[in-house]
Parts: sequence; C-alpha cells; structure tokens
Amino acid sequence: MAALAPAQTHASRAQGAAFILKKALISAFVALVLFSLMIGIRTEAGPSGQLIYWTRFGELAAMVVTVFGGSIIVELLRQWWGPVGTIRIVPPSVQKALAVARRAIAPLLLVFTFLVPVIFYDQRYILDLAILVLTYVMLGWGLNVVVGLAGLLDLGYVAFYAVGAYSYALLATNFGLSFWVCLPLAGILAAFWGMLLGFPVLRLRGDYLAIVTLAFGEIIRLVIINWQSLTGGPNGVSGIPRPTLFGIPLTPGDDGLAARLGIEFSPTHRIVFLFYLILAMALLTNWVTIRLRRLPIGRAWEALREDEVACRALGINTTTTKLTAFATGAMFGGLAGAFFATRQGFISPESFTFQESALVLAIVVLGGMGSQLGVALAALTMIGGFELFRGLDQYRMLVFGIAMVVLMIWRPRGLIGHRDPTVFLKRSHAISSDLVKEGHG
Amino acid sequence: MDYFAQQLINGFVLGSIYGLIAIGYTMVYGIVGMINFAHGDIFMIGGFIALISFLVLVSFGLTAVPLILLIVLLVSMAITALYGWTVERIAYRPLRHSFRLAPMLSAIGMSFVLSNYSQIAQGARVKPVPPIITGGYTLHASSGGFVVQLSNVQVVVVITTVVLLAIFTWLVARTRLGRDMRACEQDQTMAALLGVDVDRTISMTFVIGAALAAVAGMMYLLYYGLVDFFMGFVAGIKAFTAAVLGGIGSLPGAMLGGLAIGLIETLWSAYFSVEYKDVAAFSILIVVLIFLPTGLLGRPEVEKV
Repeated sequence: MAALAPAQTHASRAQGAAFILKKALISAFVALVLFSLMIGIRTEAGPSGQLIYWTRFGELAAMVVTVFGGSIIVELLRQWWGPVGTIRIVPPSVQKALAVARRAIAPLLLVFTFLVPVIFYDQRYILDLAILVLTYVMLGWGLNVVVGLAGLLDLGYVAFYAVGAYSYALLATNFGLSFWVCLPLAGILAAFWGMLLGFPVLRLRGDYLAIVTLAFGEIIRLVIINWQSLTGGPNGVSGIPRPTLFGIPLTPGDDGLAARLGIEFSPTHRIVFLFYLILAMALLTNWVTIRLRRLPIGRAWEALREDEVACRALGINTTTTKLTAFATGAMFGGLAGAFFATRQGFISPESFTFQESALVLAIVVLGGMGSQLGVALAALTMIGGFELFRGLDQYRMLVFGIAMVVLMIWRPRGLIGHRDPTVFLKRSHAISSDLVKEGHG
Repeated sequence: MDYFAQQLINGFVLGSIYGLIAIGYTMVYGIVGMINFAHGDIFMIGGFIALISFLVLVSFGLTAVPLILLIVLLVSMAITALYGWTVERIAYRPLRHSFRLAPMLSAIGMSFVLSNYSQIAQGARVKPVPPIITGGYTLHASSGGFVVQLSNVQVVVVITTVVLLAIFTWLVARTRLGRDMRACEQDQTMAALLGVDVDRTISMTFVIGAALAAVAGMMYLLYYGLVDFFMGFVAGIKAFTAAVLGGIGSLPGAMLGGLAIGLIETLWSAYFSVEYKDVAAFSILIVVLIFLPTGLLGRPEVEKV
C-alpha cells in the first residue's frame, strides 16, 4: 500500500494533455451528478406550506465548469510541483530561517499585543476583535494541555467553556458574587467537570475517546437547553454583571474608575480593561503550561502522549496523569468561559455548540499541537480569517470545513510546526508529536 | 400494555433507520479504522436527494406510488453513493498514511462542508412533505380507547431495511467484493500483495455505506415527512452509538445496536421525557464504552506494543 502510492504519482506525472483532459472530464461528470439535484433544483416551502421547486441550471452549469477548470489547474500544478511534500514547498533553508525568526516572533508579538489598546484606542472594532482572538488563544492554550501535551483528543472542550460561563453567570445573577470571586470558582467547577469526564474515559483510547468527549459536550449543552428553571433554557442568562477593577466599577457614576482617577469617562475604558484582563488570563495559562511542562506531571503528560504502555511500564500513574490533564485543561476553559460571560453580559446555549469545540481543536492542530506560539498564531489566523468572511456569513462554516480538509491534506502537522518532547534521547529522534494517536500513546 | 406495544413498534422502526446508518460507520471503521464523521451528513444528503427527486417525479405527473418510491430509492442511492465516493477520494484517501488524528479532523471538516453545502444549496428552513404512504392497520383496540397501529410507512421501512440487509449480507458473504473487503479488514498489506485492489475496495466500502445511508435518509423522509440540513449531526452520533453498542466492525452488531438505540430512545421519550432523549442516547454511548468497550458482538482489540 505505502509503496504503491508514490508509483502511482509518478505514473500520473508522466501523462500528457490527454490524461489531464480525461481526468477533468471525469471530475466534471462526477460534479454534474453530485450537483444535479442539490444545486440544479431548489426547493422551498411555498405560500400554502406545500413544497415548490424551481430549476437553477445556470448555477449547475457554472459549478460543473468550475470543477472542470479547477481540475485542470490542480493537475497542472501537481505536475509542475511534483509530489506535494512540505520539503518541496518550504525548503529546509527557509525552515531554518523561520526557526531563527521564531525566536524573535514571540517577544515581538507580546510587545505588540501589549500595545494594541494604545495603538487602536479609537477603533472599537479592532479592540473587540483582539479580545475575541485572545479568548481563543486562551482556549487554544487550555485545550493544548489536553490534546497537545497529554495527547488525549477532546472534542467536547466547549463543555468546560460553558460550565465556566454559566458558573459565573448564575453565581453573579443569583447570589450577587463579584467577578473576582467567581473567576476561581468557575475555574474550580470546570476542573471538577473535567475530572468527572476524565473518570469514565480513563480506559478509552483512540477515536472512542474523541466520540465520548463529543457526547459529553453535547450532553452539557442539551442539559443547559432543557433545564429551564436553572439556566433559562434557550433564552440564556442575561444581565450578567460587568467586571470591576477589584471592586471599582468601570461606570460613569461617582464611584466609577473614571471619577476616582479624575478623568473623563469613556466606554472604551471598559474595553481596554477587558483586553488586558483576557491578556493576563491567557498569559497566565501560557505561564502555567510552560511551568507544568517542566514539572514531573508535565513530563508524565508528554510521556503519555508518546506511549501509554511504556508510560505505565515506567511506573507512571496514568490515572492521575490523565485526570490532571483533563482538569487543568478544563480549568482554563472554565476561566475563559467566565470571562466570556462577563464580556458579553449575556450567554445562551447557542454559543456552546460543537462548532466551537471543532474551532478550538482546529486552532490547536493548526498550531502544531503542543507549540504555544503556534497555537497563538493559529488563533489569530483562524479568527482573523473568520472576520474576513463576515460579509459572507453563510459561507463561513463551509470555508472553515474546506480549510480543515485542505490543511489536513497539505500540512497535517500544523502550519507552524510541532513540539518535540521536552526531554528525549538524542539518538532516537523519531518520537515526536507526530505520533499522537489520541491517547494511544 | 397497548401503549408499550405501540412504543415497541415505533422504536423498532426508528431502530431500523439507525441500524442502516450504523452499518456505514461500522464498515468504514472495520476497514480503514477511522470514524467517518461525515457519515451522518451523508445520511442527510440522502434525505435531501430523496425529497428533491420525489418532488420532481410528482411534478412530472407520475402517480403510481410504488413506482415513484422505487425510482426515488434508486436515484438517491446512486447519487448519495457518489457523494460517499467523492468524500473518500477527496478527504480521506490522501490521508491514509498520515498520523491518526488527521483523517478524523478531515472528516469533521467534511461534515461541516456537507451540512453547510446543503444549507446554502437548499436553504436553512425545514422541508416538509405531505405523507406519501398513507393508511395502516389496527392491530389491537383496547377498551380504554388506545389503539395499537401499524402504519403502512412503518411496514415499508422495516421491509426495505430487511431486504437491503439481506442483499448486503449476501454481498459481503458471497461475492468477490465482500471477500476483498474482509481481506482488507484483516490485513491491507497482505491483501494488496495477494492482488486485492485495496484502493478500490475501500472506495466501494464508502459507496455501499453511503448507499445504505441514503436508504436511511429516504426512510427518515417517509417516516417523519421532513428533512433539514442539520439532521445529520445528531442522527450520526446516535448511529455511531449504535455501531459501538453492537460492537464496532460487526455488521449484525450494527443492526442490533441500531434497534437497541431506537427502542431505548422511543421508550425513554414515552415514559420519561422527550427533551432528554438525546441526552439518554449519548449517556448510553458513554456507559457502553465504559462497561462494554467491545460492544455486544465485537471482538476485543488486542493492544500490541
């Protein structure tokens, strides 16, 4: 099998124009059949509730022609490039240069991030977007502990985000607790939920683990939707209090921050405050992760990712290792959730769908699973990319899906690179995060 | 008792639909060892194609219901099978030797692509159709006024499922293709050395799985009278639960698991709460994987170092 693939590629490279044309024709024919009913005919409920349909042969023809042309272009590119390999696309010398540049990127990015509110003080849109990106950076770093470090594929990460958000929202609206009291509580609660999920899945490995975590995420969302007396169901929780600067509210009132400092009130103060808050939280996540990675528990996570059986043979307690990974990752998710709730002032189950989990997971994978900087850059790319497609709202998820498929084919180990284990034998360098098998080790 | 009997019938019918989808999961998992996350959306596409072809046929003036149903069945099976083939070709085949996470993530991406594609192509609103098959039988009328009914739709769903399963079992057990599939399941390299076209066999697995999912989609359309672009996700997870419950990789297991999930869901809705029926199904998945990881009819997986 493995040996057959390159042979076929060579054979196809040697073919000429007739081959390309034949391939394009087949593609066009397949496209014609695929799209014939789905695109060629549009159904909609008519005025009387009866379904009516009309034909769209123009669109159908356009799609088929696009596929035909696209197939020719792809095939030509393939022949021109040869077998697609990362080495061909990114030569080693460039990769080395990138590695050097990478050392400089992190500090520069950090300085720039600190300066964002200063530079873009008047541009509310950019500040909001920056806060969103940082929220996903934090989520990505949190999930990175579970997926990137411990190698446990978690498709239900959004559940912990939801737990954190609802913890803060409910504690604040029902008991009037302040944000700073609720923040650790939300983190602790989410960590407990992480452990709760961790216990049943301890023995699971591989794709099973992924599906169970997905089911867990859906269960949490469905319970939130249906437990109306507590969570307000689909209507969500509104009127969530805004955060305060350790008790000083950011309001135009007399006791507000602006009045105390003797400066003119501006709503931007709150945005800037939120920005630095999420930046601090994200950096805390990063710092904790980096520190944990050097502790025995972090080493145990990486060992678990590389090989679970070997891990056990060496006397590492895989139970506690897995549980701490789930709990730590969940805690950061919960903290981010609490921040999300206080920023929005309103939360509903709509925000915690599987799509969010997939998005965060895509960020982690795109970032190279385990690389902190990679995850940050991936979050920036993904959320920024989403913003670019804001005008084409209905095509957004389509493009996201296509991007995920293309990235997996083109660069399955992430755009930015991947993280080797922190400690390893110098000689057998074969072990790396490439070998992650979702808890297989 | 009558109420219970009625729920049993309903659950059996729903279970047949889940079972048909579950076969697609279990076959693909058996051969390629990946969860075809987009399979639920293939089922949804099958439902849409059945709906559209039905509308077109009716507007052409066709009135013979059995003929319409047969044509719709064949058309949706053929086109959906091509969808299955294309998905495998585009999103999975290039990743066959990649690291194990890659096909899973690619499948998630493909699932988004398919559901959003049909949302864009056909609109986000639910598509209702009038009941195509009407009528039914009264099996038992109790003095309390509760009537146990078996509608014709239910009969059609169950019969179609049984017939297709019979054909399919024959296909796997007796034909060259089935032998190739079983060979690939055991050892792909060895199968390739012995002259089995592995690529083609895997493609055919996806094609058959998608065709059965299309049947499930059409049955869903007949039974519930509606399709929407989002129905693939939940149905997909439930069918996967069914496949796991029956023992992934085992074909009779998938059908058995489908029936079990259908019955549990229906009975849960009937006696506990409709709102939490999905929670019940997902909880079963978790419970099964904890206490019975190999499922009802599955073989234990041996871990090699």
